[in-house]
Amino acid sequence: MVKGKVWKYGKDVNTDVILPGRYLDSYEPEYLASHAMEDLDREFAKSVKKGDIVVAEANFGCGSSREQAASCLGYCGVQAVVAKSFSRLFYRNAINQGIAVIESPECVDALNKGDEVDFDLKAGTIKNLTTGKTLTFRPLPPFIMEILEAGGLVEHLKKKMAK
Amino acid sequence: MAYTIAEKILMRASGSKKVEPGEIVNAKVDVAMSHDNAALVSKVFGEIGVPKVWDAGKIVIPIDHRVPANNIKTAEGHMKIRNFVKKQGIKHFYDVREGVCHQIMPEFGHVVPGDLIVGTDSHTTTYGAFGAFSTGIGATEMAAVWATGELWLKVPETFKINLNGKLSEHVFSKDVILQIIGDLTAEGANYKSIEYYGEAVDAMSVGSRMTITNMSMEMGAKSAIMAPDQKVFDYLKTRTDRKLNPVTADKDAKYERVTDYDVGRIGPKVACPHAVDNVKDIEDVVGTEIHQAVLGSCTNGRTEDFKAGARMLSGKNIHRNVRLIVAPASRQVYLEAMEEGLIQKFVQAGALVINPGCGPCLGAHEGILAKGENCISSTNRNFQGRMGDTESNIYLASPATVVASAVRGVITDPREGSTW
Repeated sequence: MVKGKVWKYGKDVNTDVILPGRYLDSYEPEYLASHAMEDLDREFAKSVKKGDIVVAEANFGCGSSREQAASCLGYCGVQAVVAKSFSRLFYRNAINQGIAVIESPECVDALNKGDEVDFDLKAGTIKNLTTGKTLTFRPLPPFIMEILEAGGLVEHLKKKMAK
Repeated sequence: MAYTIAEKILMRASGSKKVEPGEIVNAKVDVAMSHDNAALVSKVFGEIGVPKVWDAGKIVIPIDHRVPANNIKTAEGHMKIRNFVKKQGIKHFYDVREGVCHQIMPEFGHVVPGDLIVGTDSHTTTYGAFGAFSTGIGATEMAAVWATGELWLKVPETFKINLNGKLSEHVFSKDVILQIIGDLTAEGANYKSIEYYGEAVDAMSVGSRMTITNMSMEMGAKSAIMAPDQKVFDYLKTRTDRKLNPVTADKDAKYERVTDYDVGRIGPKVACPHAVDNVKDIEDVVGTEIHQAVLGSCTNGRTEDFKAGARMLSGKNIHRNVRLIVAPASRQVYLEAMEEGLIQKFVQAGALVINPGCGPCLGAHEGILAKGENCISSTNRNFQGRMGDTESNIYLASPATVVASAVRGVITDPREGSTW
């Protein structure tokens, strides 16, 4: 698993600040990645690196069904979003884009902005290299793991249909 | 076993003999709706590699979010959709002239009681006003639906909300749903289905009910359903030939939570920046200066909303410091509003009447806010920066409150507006 850094946010982080409506006219990965989190944290798109994880309080991704709110994070290299809870639309969209979504209040409380982490989806652990603590989370159901392991719903479907 | 409406519809759609909350079912979709994001859906559909959609008669595509196209990228997206529609022989396509998806879906008879409807728009919950289970999904899973006609869904727990009593004058279903969202919070109904009952629901027009099911999504609800009644059947009579199979809940259905409201105790409400659950009594915000007012959207852009707004004009002009933008939810609403002289009244008063569609609601065009500007709007979201600069503010309210405020230039109690 790729090591990464924690980007931490508050509750009710909505789709309009994750990817503002004015950018929904395009589906280009670079364009979407360059505007990720723009209305919440202008530093994010500039500095985020592959393997980073987004950590937030309750109800992450509330609001619109726009899939770009999930895909823009994936295009930035974000491998997982860990939150106390998710809006159902963001949760589905992230899985379909191959981004792990972990619902775990305990993990959220034990992760701080800028912490270095080693995120292991299969093992169900997040090693916080900054504090030295190893956090565990409940594994995702097998059918969701299958989608994530395929790299998203499209790849998963292609595999399934090829069978 | 006794079941809620959501459980019964998912049981039927998944061909299950029994279901229980928390269970994941694979359900057959009755209708699949996508708007401008059909461009993305069709792109992903192409990647899946299935040559033909599962059922060209069950897919509905209205273009409504950026209409007419606001820039070249959008124009190209719209063009892709038109080409896809032609190539696949999609039967129900509504180009930029028709209006907002959630209004034209029922208007053109694509919503009937008991159906399972999915849409690539969060406010797809609106169709619950007709007794359908309808919910928002993402573009990629819609591409999968176009390919297979199926989708996995978790059977939700159900909340029951009873709306008892009678609405006071100048108080509307918008005020009721704002009160409920304020109480339950933005995550209070995450993953849940909500069923609404009560004499206040019975007394509401179909349009007023749609305002409630539309905005139930703002507390995270997966679906928001009202048992269909004669008003719904009458509405649908001239719009669909399909046989109606209305679904009602069993008497002993299990509800995770039951809440009662006396709507007679609810006054005009305003959702303040920057969260839909930041709901206040109008008395707490009257006098707040506004620069723009918006009357329209899938939430409150119907003829009855225009009537409630026009009542606040009573010959007065829009305040000189305010832009009142009026967007009919559909071409049909536009025509009705013209026939009833409402458009005339708004134009005379100095409002800007724009084409049917989503208008400025999502901040793409037709009324962007500058830094420091305040907007009062009959739409459904007031997230930071949604309509423009991140330092602009959106207040959500009923059509009457919106127009009364546009006349005064400050947030105004519609009960005061009625005595002008």
